[in-house]
Amino acid sequence: MSGDGTTAKVYALHAAVIALLVALNFILPEYHHGVLARVLVLAVFAMGYNLLFGYVGLLSLGHAMFFAAGLYGAGLPLYHLGWGVPAAFAGGLGAGFVVALVIGLLALRTSGVAFMIVTMMFAQVFYLTTLYFGEWTRGDEGLVLQQQTRQVALGSGTLDLTNPATRYLLAVALFAAALFATLAIVRSRHGRVLVAIRENEERTKMLGYDTFANKLAAVVTSGVICAAAGAAYALLFGYVGSTFASVQYSILPLLWVLLGGAATTLGPLLGTLFMYYVIDITSGYTSAYMLVVGLVLILLVLYFRKGVLGTMRERWVRWLP
Amino acid sequence: MTALLTTKGLSRHFGGLRAVDDVDFSLETGEIRAVIGPNGAGKTTFVSLVCGRYAPSSGRITFDGEDITDMPAHLRVRRGIAYTFQITSVFANLSAYDNVALPVQRTLTDGRSRGAVRQGAMQALERVGLAGRAHEPAGALAYGHQRLLEVAMGLALKPRLLILDEPTQGLSDGEIENFIALVREIASDATVLLIEHNMQVVMELARRITVFNAGKILAEGSPAEIRANTAVQEAYLGTAQEAGT
Amino acid sequence: MAFFPHLLLATLEGLVTSAVLALTALGLSLVFGVMRIVNVAHGEFFMLGAVLAWAITSAISGNPALGFALALVLSPLIVGAIAWIAERLVLRRIEYNPEATIVATIGLLYIIQQLALTFYGPEARPVTPPFNYRIQLPWFGYSGYKLSIIAASALLLLATWFVLTRTRIGLIMRATQYDRETALAFGIPVGRVYGAVFALGAMLAAIAAVLIVPIQQAHYLMGLDPLLLSFIVVIIGGLGSLRGTVIAALLIGVSDGIISVFFSPTLAKIIATLVVAMVLVFRPQGLFGTATK
Repeated sequence: MSGDGTTAKVYALHAAVIALLVALNFILPEYHHGVLARVLVLAVFAMGYNLLFGYVGLLSLGHAMFFAAGLYGAGLPLYHLGWGVPAAFAGGLGAGFVVALVIGLLALRTSGVAFMIVTMMFAQVFYLTTLYFGEWTRGDEGLVLQQQTRQVALGSGTLDLTNPATRYLLAVALFAAALFATLAIVRSRHGRVLVAIRENEERTKMLGYDTFANKLAAVVTSGVICAAAGAAYALLFGYVGSTFASVQYSILPLLWVLLGGAATTLGPLLGTLFMYYVIDITSGYTSAYMLVVGLVLILLVLYFRKGVLGTMRERWVRWLP
Repeated sequence: MTALLTTKGLSRHFGGLRAVDDVDFSLETGEIRAVIGPNGAGKTTFVSLVCGRYAPSSGRITFDGEDITDMPAHLRVRRGIAYTFQITSVFANLSAYDNVALPVQRTLTDGRSRGAVRQGAMQALERVGLAGRAHEPAGALAYGHQRLLEVAMGLALKPRLLILDEPTQGLSDGEIENFIALVREIASDATVLLIEHNMQVVMELARRITVFNAGKILAEGSPAEIRANTAVQEAYLGTAQEAGT
Repeated sequence: MAFFPHLLLATLEGLVTSAVLALTALGLSLVFGVMRIVNVAHGEFFMLGAVLAWAITSAISGNPALGFALALVLSPLIVGAIAWIAERLVLRRIEYNPEATIVATIGLLYIIQQLALTFYGPEARPVTPPFNYRIQLPWFGYSGYKLSIIAASALLLLATWFVLTRTRIGLIMRATQYDRETALAFGIPVGRVYGAVFALGAMLAAIAAVLIVPIQQAHYLMGLDPLLLSFIVVIIGGLGSLRGTVIAALLIGVSDGIISVFFSPTLAKIIATLVVAMVLVFRPQGLFGTATK
């Protein structure tokens, strides 16, 4: 509900989160600083996924293709054609837009389980395509983007994306942009329609809404956000490989979002962060990270369907967006 | 008076079942029309064809002089056809306010401000007496209030034709009284097509009554004419007594 | 080799693929048909069947046929038991909600894969065929074992068909599939039927894996391809249709065999997956199926 009091609270909370992330830049030890930069970029991926899964209720098993579209859309032109960083980033967004539009037009003809399988299959086609054109992508082995190509001329100086602090702050900036974009969308009229579609599509149609067009818009927005994460990943961490297009990277955002809380704006960050550290810590004792992922997925579905923030919203903090 | 809605030879078959069979129907602007008939007579299928939830097997539908047979449902709603569901289908997890804000914001093509939505939504809730419960989740409202919310959602679309599918089902006598008054008020600026089993409501509200049986129109006329019609008595009133409604 | 023998060889290889695929896909189709859920871990039951077959045959010394026969019986039973436990512990508790089931079976997929990796290891290991007999054709010799796979699969499919259409168990399953509520009202123990069907589906995948493992080594990641191919077969054949499943398995298996001879396997997979995704988008009831109830 958009009483003025809660609006202020909501924005204050989100601004505080961003401020905290910026402050951490100066406090965190080197290792965790690097981890958090990576987590922030992956959290953007999770936020893109959440927009579609959490708010519209469309469970895709193929979002790796949007992330990978951004990754390759940015990485390939930079590596092969010598594009600059800003142009490459735009290329990643463009690739994500086109892929999401085409996939949306096709996959949205189906719903429910068929939608999951269709998106999974399209993502598999995308993955196999990156392997098939191994001459340019070098498949699983991937491409490493050299340090000198990841510089942006900025006035008199240069912005070096390989510098840890720069990389971290750019990751925070991307995260903030995606967070406030999500917030704006879910609090808008379009967002209200998306939630209505999730709750009851037939009824929404009978209120005069073109539900297909609204869902398509959501797929495209979600795809572009995920592509932005992919493009940023390529540019900030300098690696572009087929692994990011594999089915595993379609499952992970689902896991992160379920854990943090679907249809909450901050849930994706929480889920990504938590899962990253769980795997990081357990891998100190065992290499069985797939066991951890599998168990967490099953336990979430069995006992904790709403995730951390979803449960908090239900029990204590009703105004949480 | 001009016809707001007409159907010509409208049919819908499900497999071998002719749920709606070659129906010619006409509704004048400003009318309150009741559609009655035994269960399974094709009433709900008929209005579903009109509002576009189903595609007809054959026949044409004209609304306000425009052929809308092949028009998708959401565009028909924008032309002014609103449908309230037989089975209450408010958005249970959203607040009553959000439920009516959805249709309100649809009708606002020019006003972009939050204020306009808020004002429209509260007006719609006030009209059915639910303004005090705006922030409760719709699923937590009493059944009668959910039915009213459903009507408020239809009203908020500012329809020219409001189709009410068994709106009084499950309401108490007192609630039905209020409901009759509400429909009269709605009819001052919209045409109402009402599917109803409660004969008291039908007789009080309808100027004309259309009786469906086995997918066809069995009879049509004023309440008095329908009451006197023996075919109707056999087909409908007989069944109604058995069903105890 | 001339063109015709080449084509014949490709067709034979395709038939072997089809035979195994039909069994695996039938398991998936059965589970979907009766329980209305998609089991993403189906490929892992296949993998588990193969890995267990390796474990059993390598534990038994002496005649390879003895170990293989034992594997053919034990491996599906163990896999069936694991599936049954998973069904009781997880799927029943989430009340077979379609989307939650997919997430839960993805979890199951990861757990089974990890357990196989930990206890079996990352290597691909061969299983000795129960017999080595080559049938000499005019152009080339062909493995008698491979032909026996086709025969065994045909036999098992016939047996499944018989059980489904001619026995009381089949009737109970079809009743449950047709209308869960009515089945409950008629005193059919729907919960037990679901557990049994889920186990049976996994067992079919395991049998298929035991049959194929002498010619296609056991590996902990071998489950993904059969899963995707089974999806493809089930979608093209029409969900829950035994006849459609068999026809689609033949179509996919043989065309996969022939396409891989003439194109790169990756391109073949891309084309096949894309075609099937398009079928699902534009003809969701499958090419042979009637609309599902």
